[in-house]
Order: sequence, then C-alpha cells, then structure tokens
Amino acid sequence: MLLGNEYYLGVDVGSVSTNLVLLDYEEQVAEALYLRTMGRPMQTIKEGLKQLRAKFPQARIIGVGTTGSARQLAATLLGADVVKNEITAHAVAASRVHPGVQTILEIGGQDSKIICLRDGVVVDFAMNTVCAAGTGSFLDQQAGRLGIPIEQFGPLAIEAQHPVRIAGRCSVFAESDMIHKQQLGHSLEDILAGLCQAMVRNYLNNVGKNKDIRGPILFQGGVAANPGIRKAFEEELGQEIIIPKHFAVMGALGAAYLAQEKLARAQGERTASRFRGLQVVDTEFQASSFDCSGCANHCEVVEILQDQTILARWGDRCGKWSSGKGEQGSVSEVNVR
Amino acid sequence: MKVTFPHMGNAWIVIQALFETLNVDVAVPPPTSKGTLNLGTKLAPESSCLPLKINLGNYIEAAAKGADTIAITGGIGPCRFGYYGEVERQILRDAGYSYEVVILEPPDGSLWGLAKRIRYLAGRHNSWTKILKAMRFAYRKSVALDEVEDMIHAARPRLLEPLAAEKLYSKAKQHLIEASEDKGLEEAVFRVQQSIKEGQAAFRGEKPLRVGVVGEIYTILDPFSSLDVEQQLGNLGVEVNRSIYLSSWVGQHVFQGLAQGYRPLRDYPRLAKPYLPHFVGGHGQETVGAAVQFAREGADGIIQLLPLGCMPEIVASSVLPRIQADYRIPIMTLTVDEHSGRAGVQTRLEAFVDLLERRRNRTLTREDVLNVARE
Repeated sequence: MLLGNEYYLGVDVGSVSTNLVLLDYEEQVAEALYLRTMGRPMQTIKEGLKQLRAKFPQARIIGVGTTGSARQLAATLLGADVVKNEITAHAVAASRVHPGVQTILEIGGQDSKIICLRDGVVVDFAMNTVCAAGTGSFLDQQAGRLGIPIEQFGPLAIEAQHPVRIAGRCSVFAESDMIHKQQLGHSLEDILAGLCQAMVRNYLNNVGKNKDIRGPILFQGGVAANPGIRKAFEEELGQEIIIPKHFAVMGALGAAYLAQEKLARAQGERTASRFRGLQVVDTEFQASSFDCSGCANHCEVVEILQDQTILARWGDRCGKWSSGKGEQGSVSEVNVR
Repeated sequence: MKVTFPHMGNAWIVIQALFETLNVDVAVPPPTSKGTLNLGTKLAPESSCLPLKINLGNYIEAAAKGADTIAITGGIGPCRFGYYGEVERQILRDAGYSYEVVILEPPDGSLWGLAKRIRYLAGRHNSWTKILKAMRFAYRKSVALDEVEDMIHAARPRLLEPLAAEKLYSKAKQHLIEASEDKGLEEAVFRVQQSIKEGQAAFRGEKPLRVGVVGEIYTILDPFSSLDVEQQLGNLGVEVNRSIYLSSWVGQHVFQGLAQGYRPLRDYPRLAKPYLPHFVGGHGQETVGAAVQFAREGADGIIQLLPLGCMPEIVASSVLPRIQADYRIPIMTLTVDEHSGRAGVQTRLEAFVDLLERRRNRTLTREDVLNVARE
C-alpha cells in the first residue's frame, strides 16, 4: 500500500509536448502536466520536475516510467524503472481507465496511431509512416493561418451548418483547397468543419486502413481536445467516441502504470526505484555527439554527461558505445565534435 | 578489367569467392554506409526504389577502388529490378563514369547470349568446366553462410551477453571468407555451432518468441536497408525466421531449381495459391506463401519488409490481412526508404514485440473459457 506522499511518475517526451503524470496511492492522477517540448527535451523535463517539486514538496517518487520519442533520454536523466514505446504506454493507460476498450484513436502533434485491443491485449496497431497530414501540427498551422486560436477551432467547427468538402489527401493540397473554398465565400465554421472531416478521412484511410474498428472507441492525444474532430469521427464511424479525462497525457499515464506494474510484480518487498531523485532539477546535464570512425557506418553517437561523467551513450549500430564498451579512453580515437 | 558488383547483405562474400576462384580481378565496394546512400540518392530518380540508390552508391565507391566493369544479374518479369542494369548503365554514363555493365540475363531469351556474357567476365583462361566448378563452390559457400546466419538468428535471444552473437557472427563470416575449400566451409559452420551451444548452455529463460520475416529479397537480405531489423528483433529477445535466403535465390534463378538452397522457395507459390494465385512480379507470391508457412508452423508473428513503392510487395501486403484473420497471427508491414529513421522502426518493433509478449502471457478470460466450451 502506498502512503499518502508516495507517487509513481510517468513521463512522455514527444516531439511537440512533454507530459508528466503523478499517480497517487489510490491509482488516481494527482497531477498532470502538459508542456511544450520546443526542441529542448532536457530543459523541458527539468522544468516539469521543478513544477512538480514546487507543488508537491513532500512527494516521494517510488517508481518512474518513460515513453515517447525521447524515452531513452528521459530514462537516462531520471533513472527510470521502465522504458516503453508509445503504443504500449497508450494501450496500457486506455485499458486501465476504460477496461473493455477495443479501439484507441490517438492523434498527437506529429504522429498518429491506431491501436486495436481485444480482451485488454493489443492485437493490432499502426502508426502514420510517411505523411503527417492528419496530425495536430497541421491543425495548429491552419488555425494560425485563419487567425483563430487553436482552442476555438473545435467549438467553431461544431457550429457548422453545411461543412464543405476539402481534399484531405495531402496537407499542402488541403491548404490550397481550403483557400479556394474561402474565396468562394464559405463561412469560417463550414470550412473548419470540412477540415475536421478531411483530417478524419485521411486518418481512417491511412492509419486506420485495414483495421477492425470496434467500440468502445477511445480518442486520446492532444487533438482529442478538439470537439470538431470528435464529431467528425462519430459521424464517420457511426459510433460514440469516448474521450478519457486525461486524454492529453495518456502516454505518461501509461508509463506511470507500467512502472507501478513492474515494481509491484517484484512481489512482496517493494523494489527500490532507480529514480535519481527530484534534485535532478538542480543537476547540469550536457549532451554531445561525435562521429564514430570505427567502421564505414560512421554512426553519430550521442552521449549524455553529468559533471564530466558519462551517463549513457546511444546511436551506434554495433552496440560498442551503448553497451558501455569503448569507455572514455578511446574517445580520443574519434574526432570529437 | 576490374569487376565490381552491388552489395546485398552477405552476397559479396559469395560473389568475391566466385571471381577469385576464376582469377578475375575484383573490387568489392566498401560496405554500404550512409555515405553510399547519399551518393546514390543524388544520382537516382527520386521515385526509384531504395536498392537502386544503394547500388549506384556502391558503384561510385567501387570506382574509387579502380573498378571498371559491373556485373549485375538481370530479371524477367514485372519488377523494376529487371531494368536496373540498363538504367544504372545510363545513369552512370550521364554522371561521367566509364563503366562497362554486364547484365547476367538471357538477352531476348538467348542462352547463347548469356553464355557469351559469362565468358566475357570469366576471360579466355577459364574453361567451362572450371567456371561451373567455381559456381558450384560459390553456391556451397552461400549455403554455409545462410546456415550460419540462421544459427545466429536463433542464438541472439539465447546468448546472455548482448554482443556475443554479433561477435560470433563476424568471426564466422571471416572464416567463411577465408575458406577456399569445402573443408573450410564445414569447419566454420561447425565451429559457430559449437560456440553457440556452449554460449547458450546458461540460458534458462522462456522459449523466445518467434517472428517470421517475409518480403522483398533485397530488403530482407541487406541489414543496412532494413535498418538491422533482424538484429534489433534479436536484441528484443526474438528468434527470427526468414523467408528467403541468398542460396535459395541462387538455386532457383541461377541453377533453375536444380539446387534448392538453404531454404527452398518452391513451396511458396502453392501455399500462396488460396490468397494470390498469380505471379505478380518480384517475390510477391513468395511473401504470401512464406507468411502462410510461418503461420502454419506456429510463429508468434510476421513482419513484412519492403522498399517504398515496391509493387509486388504492395500487392502482397494487401493480401496479408486475410492471412492475419484466417490464422489469427499478427502481421506488421514495415516500409523502408532513404528517409526511414531508426527510431521509428525501433518503436514499431518494440510495440510489435510487446504485443506478441502480452498475447502469449495473457491469462484466460471468462470469455475464452466460454469460447472453448462452445467449440
């Protein structure tokens, strides 16, 4: 049993946002932070921890899970107990907050995915591969172009009387088609709703292709904040779309659950977390990279340093650096940038 | 004359052996790297498939080693590979490289024409008997290589030290490169077998998950193109099973089925029949047939690999969901091209392996029990 001040921490560092979740002893979300990564994942993670420390000065973190595209980096900085990919993290979170979920639609800043579950087990999934047309950044861009704040995008879209049809295959063409529709004199609401429909069609044709979409359907990721998209999904799929309470931070929530699962599985005595402590906030980290000249691959190896000690390295194909071999001594053999 | 050829995984070891047995001067291109791909991408049309881009990069890097003649196999049938040789000849000429390109295929169906081309590469000093002998030895070398590779696939999830399998693999490859007689080949295979046996004696874990890798031959044979999918899976604790090996292709296409190679391809079209009864070019039918075979053998999952825009594989991938449904086996398609990132591939592989693991470890639910009762 967890004590009142003990928490599991889940961290999801994605391309657009960095999310942190604190899970309390009742498995409830005590705190959820949604920060913009802005290309500086290390600073953003520290900023998130700083906010957590300010709000929960007494907190004791007893387990940490990381996910997202910078999961490895986050795991190194924090000392994570679990490092998992986004698919698994999202699926775990969804099936914990809504047991029985069969389909997860997830649209984030630069990627989108679909996950099919049956009896709580992931049976199929897909991620967008070569195109980012159906993702949050695109909506962001178009909102900016139309001069409306992104928060108003959805509420305006559901006001539409006659949504216009917009070509959604490609974001560039969608944009020119949208401009064309504007010039014809369609109302802003109708265009926004049309855009939502185009995006949903694009998503279902690309990411959702060949997938068996069955209810209950959960819609999560930053874009789930947009009621226009939700409505478009409901119309297209003919089913109710559920938006979980913490839709924007489901990845981080999943990571926290995974940390809890892992540490709980180690039976009886709770295993100590590898968490480096909230004082990580005050630690200086440096990241640097160099080209390894060991072979023709010329891998770009990234290393994370704390006070001149190497915490971790990755990026090599052969594993000579990431497995801890070729320690400091041989760095001189390669051309340090 | 100094002959070079494009890279495709371990194929260079076999081709080098062939030319060296015949005393033909050969320049093996440097191992394919990012730099190779960059060189090729500059020359190739953007929409061409990934192998063409890598081929061109290989030639340019081989030119620096003094190569002046390219040997490449051709193809008949609706896959773009069939016109690679010709297209590459023209692209290289336009870029100012004076390469002689010898395409090993029967021109207009003429076997005599093919014989003349082989004779041109082998030179006057080699008799046909000697050429055939060299080809047979090269073939046996490729079978030995495939055996080693398959053993490494099984060893990766079972050896405790993460790099142990890679070390064994590169050592075995070195032995095979040096072997100039059958005895050397056998010894190399035996030695790696022994080391693996010793190495995995300590393995006490669960039976590793098994994943079948199917798809376009170049991408599955060439770890650079597939971003080391097989090695990555191995590191995630998965035993990889592959649909096509080099020697099988050689047996099927060079020896016209007289030799079958390490893993015969001949059953695939029959297995594919209920789903894809026609030849669709490339190895589309083999991909579908192999998926059926892996599913029947009880693999935990299947991964299809293809370069972006590969028509035969696109046809195959549109059929795979039916196999997925019929055999209840998860199948994932991975498309690679020069823009593919390791991180993206890794995320998908990890998620796929998680899926397989959770599927295997899941406890019976009430619904399952009811289903069993109904059946």
